[in-house]
Amino acid sequence: MTTTLTPRTAAPTSAPGAAGRPSLARRLRRVPLAVLVTLLLVVMVYPLLWLFLGSFKTQQEFLNEPTWALPESFANVDNYAQAWSSTAGYLTNSVLAVLPALAAVIVLGTAAGYALEVMVWKGRASVLMIFLAGIMIPGQMILLPLFTVYFQLRLTDSLWPLILTYTAIGLPLTVFMMATYFRSIPREVFEAATLDGASAVRSFWSIGFPMMRGAVFTIALVQFFFLWNDLLIALTFTTQDDLRTVQVGLLNFTGQFGVVDYGPTFAAICINVVLVLVLYLFLNQRVMRGMAAGAVKG
Amino acid sequence: MNQVLGDRRAVALLLTPALLVYTLVMLVPMVWSLGYTAFRGNAISGFEYAGGENFATLVSDPAAREALLFTLRYAVVVTVGQVVAGYALSLLYVFALRRSSTAIRTLVFFPVVLPTVAVALLFQKLFEYAPQTGPVNAALLAVGLEPVDWLGSAGTSFVVIALMDVWRSMGFYAVLLYAGLIDIPDELIESARLDGASGWQLVRSIVVPLSFPVLVSALIFSINGTLKVFDSIYALTGGGPGAGTTPLTLLMYRTAFFYGDYGYGSTVALALTVLSLLVTVVIFRSYRRDVTRG
Repeated sequence: MTTTLTPRTAAPTSAPGAAGRPSLARRLRRVPLAVLVTLLLVVMVYPLLWLFLGSFKTQQEFLNEPTWALPESFANVDNYAQAWSSTAGYLTNSVLAVLPALAAVIVLGTAAGYALEVMVWKGRASVLMIFLAGIMIPGQMILLPLFTVYFQLRLTDSLWPLILTYTAIGLPLTVFMMATYFRSIPREVFEAATLDGASAVRSFWSIGFPMMRGAVFTIALVQFFFLWNDLLIALTFTTQDDLRTVQVGLLNFTGQFGVVDYGPTFAAICINVVLVLVLYLFLNQRVMRGMAAGAVKG
Repeated sequence: MNQVLGDRRAVALLLTPALLVYTLVMLVPMVWSLGYTAFRGNAISGFEYAGGENFATLVSDPAAREALLFTLRYAVVVTVGQVVAGYALSLLYVFALRRSSTAIRTLVFFPVVLPTVAVALLFQKLFEYAPQTGPVNAALLAVGLEPVDWLGSAGTSFVVIALMDVWRSMGFYAVLLYAGLIDIPDELIESARLDGASGWQLVRSIVVPLSFPVLVSALIFSINGTLKVFDSIYALTGGGPGAGTTPLTLLMYRTAFFYGDYGYGSTVALALTVLSLLVTVVIFRSYRRDVTRG
């Protein structure tokens, strides 16, 4: 920032009108900024870089070399082979649980948002409030009754508990945001469709839903990251090893009660991080906007 | 026209599926959970009526008191950390980096989307003490200090947890607050500059008041999230050592699933829900009072 408030003694460079002074002062002013940004980059990047390097190290290197040494060879993919063989199944489970739930959240949530915002009926404001209340409920509050029900319905040896719970948990925010997005579409659009003879359902499918493509995409992304990274629900409802999702599976790699195989652990974390990284780099602007939009309403 | 857009059958068709799933999987369990608070036992062993016993236990249980204190301490420290770091970053984006901030924003935001478990394992390794020395302890050794058994005591574990959660989420708050800052009209900032305001003064008397609403949103959002913290602590310390880093969420989880006590578990969950609601209402109230006064 500028120094206009601090009266400075001496320092001939501060003499007004001195030739070359602005550029020097400006360059000097950029120094703390550059230092700050560099520091920030190191803090953000170093842990991930270290993780990546570690995923190529052998157990020997982990135990005998200093922790910041480079791996001897980047061709050592044994860690990845080992990590992949135990992670692939978990990944499949995650995909099988998250994608159906995501599809259901989007379709049901958009339809409900339309019914609550575009259509006209008594009591819609209170129904919207009821959905909104769901944003505040902590997951712990619904865990036990759900566990009991899923157990009694014998659903606990399938992925159904995850799909159902994920759908319900995703709905409050989706319904609320969809209602907000529908509000920004001029009502005349739907009124014109009605005049042309479309029924309400028809104008939802042919007009409303397609017009929401951008919003659907954004919300789907936010919900995807949220559900993909869930631990609580997955931990509670996956009682068998072959039903575990990636997050729960990852916990198996920690050696809280035993010796750790460092390389495969690093590789497994790396696989998780890289998967998300690829998706994120493609879509980062949208993800950021979506997360921020979701937050303000929370 | 309003006949069509007010068609009850269409409303039912579009709304019912979502409302049904939401009611059955969230609202009914919510009420059911309230019912559990009057019982002891669990789904497998059967239930027994306990009256107000669980609430009496909650009040006198030292584990619950400790978990509550930990939750509050964590919520305050991490919320302040997240919002302050996020705000500092957003100021950096808007006033120092300006248009060139996109790359930095992307980078700092990235950990937000990372799986919490992956981040927790990564931090476990970064702060490792034994059998292998992690980079943090290696750095301490390199500058001639004693390495610290970070996850070996509750106090230092708390430091690691707080650092990790602030690292993980500050990019999110930065983007959220950034969105609020760029809404401030340039002319306002310019005229304040012409009036002689600069640096810290400009931030304090112009920027902070104008971005106050979005700061409150961030605060409410953050405190709601931190009161419900579960994933990161479960994966990083498992609540240990002992019960030194056990928040209410984890206490509830342990009570219900390790000790099979659904009734007391539900009571702890209820306490958490009430706490979240209370805190949100208090912040919201005091904020509204501020606005009417100012």
